[in-house]
Amino acid sequence: MKNSPALATFIAFARKEFHHIFRDRRTIMILLVMPVLQIILFGFAITTEVRHVKVGLLDPLPDQATRRVADRLLASDYFDLARVLHTPDAVEQALRRGEIDLALIFEPHFHRHLHGPARLQLVVDASDPNTSALFTAYARRVITDAALEIAPPVAPVITTETRLLHNPAARAAYNFVPGVMGLILMLICAMMTSISIVREKETGTMEIILVSPARPLMIIAAKILPYLLLSCVNLATILLLAVHVLGVPVAGSLFWLVAVSLLFIIVSLAIGIFVSTLARNQVTAMLVSGMVLMMPVVLLSGLIFPIEGMPAFLRWLSALIPARWYISAVKRLMIEGAPVAFIAREALALACTGAVLVLLSVKNFKNRLA
Amino acid sequence: MTAAIEIDALAKHFGATGALNGVTVNVERGEIFGLIGPDGSGKSTLFRLLVTLLLPDGGRATVEGLDIVKDFLKIRARVGYMPGRFSLYPDLTVEENLHLFATLFGVRVEDNRPLIQRVYSHIEPFRRRRASALSGGMKQKLALSCALIHRPSVLFLDEPTTGIDPVSRAELWETLADLKRQGVTVMVSTPYMDEARLCDRVALMQSGRFLDVASPPEIVARHGTTTWAARAERMSKLLTDLRAHPTVETCYAFGDRHHVTPRPGASPLLLRAAMETLGHRQVEISEILPGIEDCFIRIAGQPPREP
Repeated sequence: MKNSPALATFIAFARKEFHHIFRDRRTIMILLVMPVLQIILFGFAITTEVRHVKVGLLDPLPDQATRRVADRLLASDYFDLARVLHTPDAVEQALRRGEIDLALIFEPHFHRHLHGPARLQLVVDASDPNTSALFTAYARRVITDAALEIAPPVAPVITTETRLLHNPAARAAYNFVPGVMGLILMLICAMMTSISIVREKETGTMEIILVSPARPLMIIAAKILPYLLLSCVNLATILLLAVHVLGVPVAGSLFWLVAVSLLFIIVSLAIGIFVSTLARNQVTAMLVSGMVLMMPVVLLSGLIFPIEGMPAFLRWLSALIPARWYISAVKRLMIEGAPVAFIAREALALACTGAVLVLLSVKNFKNRLA
Repeated sequence: MTAAIEIDALAKHFGATGALNGVTVNVERGEIFGLIGPDGSGKSTLFRLLVTLLLPDGGRATVEGLDIVKDFLKIRARVGYMPGRFSLYPDLTVEENLHLFATLFGVRVEDNRPLIQRVYSHIEPFRRRRASALSGGMKQKLALSCALIHRPSVLFLDEPTTGIDPVSRAELWETLADLKRQGVTVMVSTPYMDEARLCDRVALMQSGRFLDVASPPEIVARHGTTTWAARAERMSKLLTDLRAHPTVETCYAFGDRHHVTPRPGASPLLLRAAMETLGHRQVEISEILPGIEDCFIRIAGQPPREP
């Protein structure tokens, strides 16, 4: 079988691009090692989860009731008994020294007051308000449950019960995995692609390639092919790590999760090409994709700050960021297990952005030097 | 039959340097045409216009009868272009670079092997070496091989010999002579005057204009005047003193000698005596035949490159 010259050029250029990637240790590190590190880092090290909260116990007159409340609280993974304290001063000191995060203080004769108001005080180190709010709420729930058991109410009481759907233990990985997926795919596709195209301008090879019968768009297609394949490898790695190492399940359809990821990869590649049509050197390409694209992705995509809490202007701005739609779609599909119809809006937003970027890039692409 | 390259009042406007202010010339088929001028005189701009990388602001030009604006795709398939700085892939090997450019033009390396044999044979022993690890001369030979691999009918070489060793330079020029015999038209820029003599015709360029276009002997016949070569023990002081002397019109450093253009009626013996009076020792001043560079200085009022 004889290949057409255009196809032969395409293959030769895709091969050349693989050589560029695999012969540069830094590139291969960024492309294949960084995603793994990021997932592990976000999954384990950077966490807002409530685990092993250090509890100080001040129980002046221990009795059956106080013991049962304390036991219930300490039985879970989330709370560990760190200190047994005897005076309010000691509580304050222990909190200040960071020996405990939470103090559980029973009033004397707690048992006797069970049907009157039996008082129990939680003193919390709130220097990290998010975490402390989380574990305080959890502690209150456990204590209320225990109290109801010890002393069933005489009159009917209304109790509220909160169930954390989709993420029962409020695990941070559930939030980070979709975010990191958006971040990594964006980084690899947009930044690496734009840099590799701009590098050809900078080294002057673009000058020779332009003075040849090969069509520039074909060359660019050959250029992005390796990044497309590597992104798929990364997608698989991230999903495997998420499921088997971080324990984040794929609750919805894996097929549609991969499909929407491919859509996002294509949008990111289009961003990379678009940046490369604007930037003249690698530093500009890096800054544009780094500062102008990455920062909004991190700040406005809901990865760190919830979109719902943003001022209207920023919410509106975040709608322009493809990663925001992708992360939202991944959350729906992967964490909530929603059917694909529920991400129609996200998919449409991504498809439109991709189409606009490809059109702009083609229009912007120069057949000449200036 | 049209000329290989026809340039008519071609202009390109830029900010400070490199602009082209309307140049006109016809380059014949199989001719080696040289561009000579200092940096920023518009040589590279002219190359980029002719290989269709830039659009002209005025005038028109054709390459092989094809318009550089309308027929740019057809021109790109036919010409070979070697930019002023090394523009191959440094992380690919010699062989990989060559094969990549062959594929780019839809040819096979084996088919056009004889054409590049003379230059490529020198780098073939290093064919598995990465381009970044080649010496300057070898890099240029590889770049020329890549520019020739598709058997172009017109070859554009922007300073192919700058910064490479004299032996490699000679080999490169032998290749150009070979190509000329095979009917390839070559447009080449060079800062070396000894290479200008190897061209069929040269254009002396300054500030985006052609000062003159002619064969090297014609250039010398037209612009050459009496020229003396001078040397002494302390060359830099000699240059200052010669320039200050009333019988000297211009004086420039040329390698290990200074070239002096005397005013009418001056005599080398008197000038030598004057220099000895100023304390110079072992002064030698003798008449020589003027070269292209002397002519360039006469017309342009500046040397074509920094000494």
